[in-house]
Amino acid sequence: MYRKYLWVIVVLIAGVSACNKEITAEYESFRGFVQPSNFPQPFYRFGNNAVTKERFELGRKLFYDPLLSSNNTISCGSCHIQTSAFTHHGHAVSHGIFDRMGTRNSPPIMNLAWSTSLMWDGGIVDLDLQPIAPITNHVEMDDSMPNVLNKLRNSSAYPALFQKAYGSPEITSTGFLKALSQFMLMCVSSNSKYDSVMRNQALFTAEEQEGYQLFRQKCNTCHTEPLFTDHSFRNNGLPPSMVDDPGRYLVTQKPEDRYKFKVPSLRNLSFTAPYMHDGRLFTLDAVFDHYTTQVQHTPNLDPLFLVNAQPGLAISAAERQKLIAFLKTLNDRSFLLDKLLSEQ
Amino acid sequence: MKRILIIGITTAAIFSSCKKDDTPEYNPNVKADLSVEFDNVAGAADLQMNTATYNNAAGESFKVTKLKYYVSNFVFTNSNGTTYTVPQKDSYFLIDESDPAAREAELQVPEGEYKSVSFIVGVDSLRNTMDVSQRTGVLDVAGTASDMYWGWNSGYIFFKLEGTSAASMMGGVFQYHIGGFGGYSSSTANNIRKITLDLTARGVAKVKSGKSTNIHLMVDILKALNGTTNMSFATLPMVHSIAPGTPVANNYVSMFTHEHTEN
Ligand code: HEC
Ligand code: HEC
Repeated sequence: MYRKYLWVIVVLIAGVSACNKEITAEYESFRGFVQPSNFPQPFYRFGNNAVTKERFELGRKLFYDPLLSSNNTISCGSCHIQTSAFTHHGHAVSHGIFDRMGTRNSPPIMNLAWSTSLMWDGGIVDLDLQPIAPITNHVEMDDSMPNVLNKLRNSSAYPALFQKAYGSPEITSTGFLKALSQFMLMCVSSNSKYDSVMRNQALFTAEEQEGYQLFRQKCNTCHTEPLFTDHSFRNNGLPPSMVDDPGRYLVTQKPEDRYKFKVPSLRNLSFTAPYMHDGRLFTLDAVFDHYTTQVQHTPNLDPLFLVNAQPGLAISAAERQKLIAFLKTLNDRSFLLDKLLSEQ
Repeated sequence: MKRILIIGITTAAIFSSCKKDDTPEYNPNVKADLSVEFDNVAGAADLQMNTATYNNAAGESFKVTKLKYYVSNFVFTNSNGTTYTVPQKDSYFLIDESDPAAREAELQVPEGEYKSVSFIVGVDSLRNTMDVSQRTGVLDVAGTASDMYWGWNSGYIFFKLEGTSAASMMGGVFQYHIGGFGGYSSSTANNIRKITLDLTARGVAKVKSGKSTNIHLMVDILKALNGTTNMSFATLPMVHSIAPGTPVANNYVSMFTHEHTEN
């Protein structure tokens, strides 16, 4: 008898809590910006732009909306494709409006909350001001900011979405830019095997572990864990191309910055080929060929590449395999599949 | 009785107006209107965009098709030596020769007599690095400032002078875009220039509520091209980044002169 009651109670509690769970799950499905436990504090000032569901969703819609380009054909998502970790798969340099070609490879929209500067040359420091560059670049979206905002004002959907997000249907540059930032800030990739290992939830294989040790010796000074960049600008010895892109020099106009580019993250490399600022290398093997035999002693070559007789890094064939095994642990499929970040 | 009253009022009015002219009584706790007018000229002639032809010191003839520049951070020095800094949020103006409504900085300052004015040509580094929500009005990057902003190397363009000249090998066009506030993390050339003008020779500004005072400045755009460095459209038709703009900024510090003050 006693037992019977107990069971009824247990079942009842379970039923109620299951119900509760469903409700809270719906409420909590949007968790805002979550700080990964193995990452440092973000650089972005969230105090000026606290992430909310409505603002994030507005930003996501804007990110995938071709209305942002002059002939309404190109969206941010055209060059930053989620299934390629938000890069432009298959395109060495960005391919924009009217099939015009840019000169640089489109980098991933990934972990930007920790980026101290944006673009290969760091010409932009504040993520909120970043969208102005592609929107007004004539090889990318070729539009103007006032025109884009006017198109949004005259659209049927946006005034209501701004109302939902900001409590006013007025479409301002601040509301527009900060919503785009919210979407981009939520593009966090922190669920690779490497992250699980760092959080003591998984173990490297022996090969990956050896690769990790080699990585820490040979790469980590520049591609620093856990974001795999130290956010600095360096010259890794690529021979200048026909375009002769001077990199960081464009921003500072200092001779010591010629041919320096931002150290890119190495997360999700399996999905972000081609590599380097102009997408000139198509495979990881080509990257290792570069570092071992093709580093050129151009002005401002990083001194780390000048310790051996041959400029570059000494990496044996066996070491290369181990390094590649480790680099693969930086892939994060959940980032590519996260529905929250997809076009709805 | 009525007549006496009217006479009385009239006398009082005359008396008080006399008194005002002789020894104005300023109440420094009250703010009044003061405008600074930027009258763009080319040498001794009023600037005529698109039509008139001018010559630079390099001997090249040219026409002007666009002239825009920011003036900001106004500070006024009272004849008693104290200074008044206009609050930053009210202190940014975009002078645009193509827009008759955009040739004055309209300000509010405490009543008083002012013997000098200073301002900067451009946008200070603080505002250049501020949160986007603080960039409103003439600083709105999707509004008035949209063509006075470098998107790829974040920062406001301080001064834009564009035109045509047969000397330019870039399709007969020249474009001088001057910007550069000193850089975020890595320092770049700083092309912010501060201008200080003495008003005593040509009329101090007597600011009092109920009237409007106007400080009339002449801005000789030829001086932006000729001076410490004589600019040549043949050798440098385009300036679209920071460092090459420095000689122009060094020239244009001399382009502002005080013409008169309307009190
Ligand atoms: C035509 C292709 C193209 C389009 C469209 C495009 N981008 Fe990009 N994006 C690029 C390229 C190329 C770069 C690198 C440019 C450089 O370094 O000079 C880049 C860089 C970026 C970066 C810097 C990332 C980093 O880590 O430094 C962000 C953020 C970004 N884009 C966001 C956007 C947003 C937001 C939009 C839409 C408003 C957009 N992009 C539209 C090609 C594109
Ligand atoms: C001295 C600093 C430095 C060291 C050491 C270094 N790199 Fe790099 N790496 C860079 C820079 C800078 C770039 C970008 C260069 C460019 O595009 O012009 C880069 C680019 C890359 C890229 C291309 C990534 C992309 O998304 O385009 C890969 C892959 C890479 N490095 C792997 C490695 C590996 C593996 C090691 C160690 C064996 C290593 N790097 C060591 C500075 C360094």
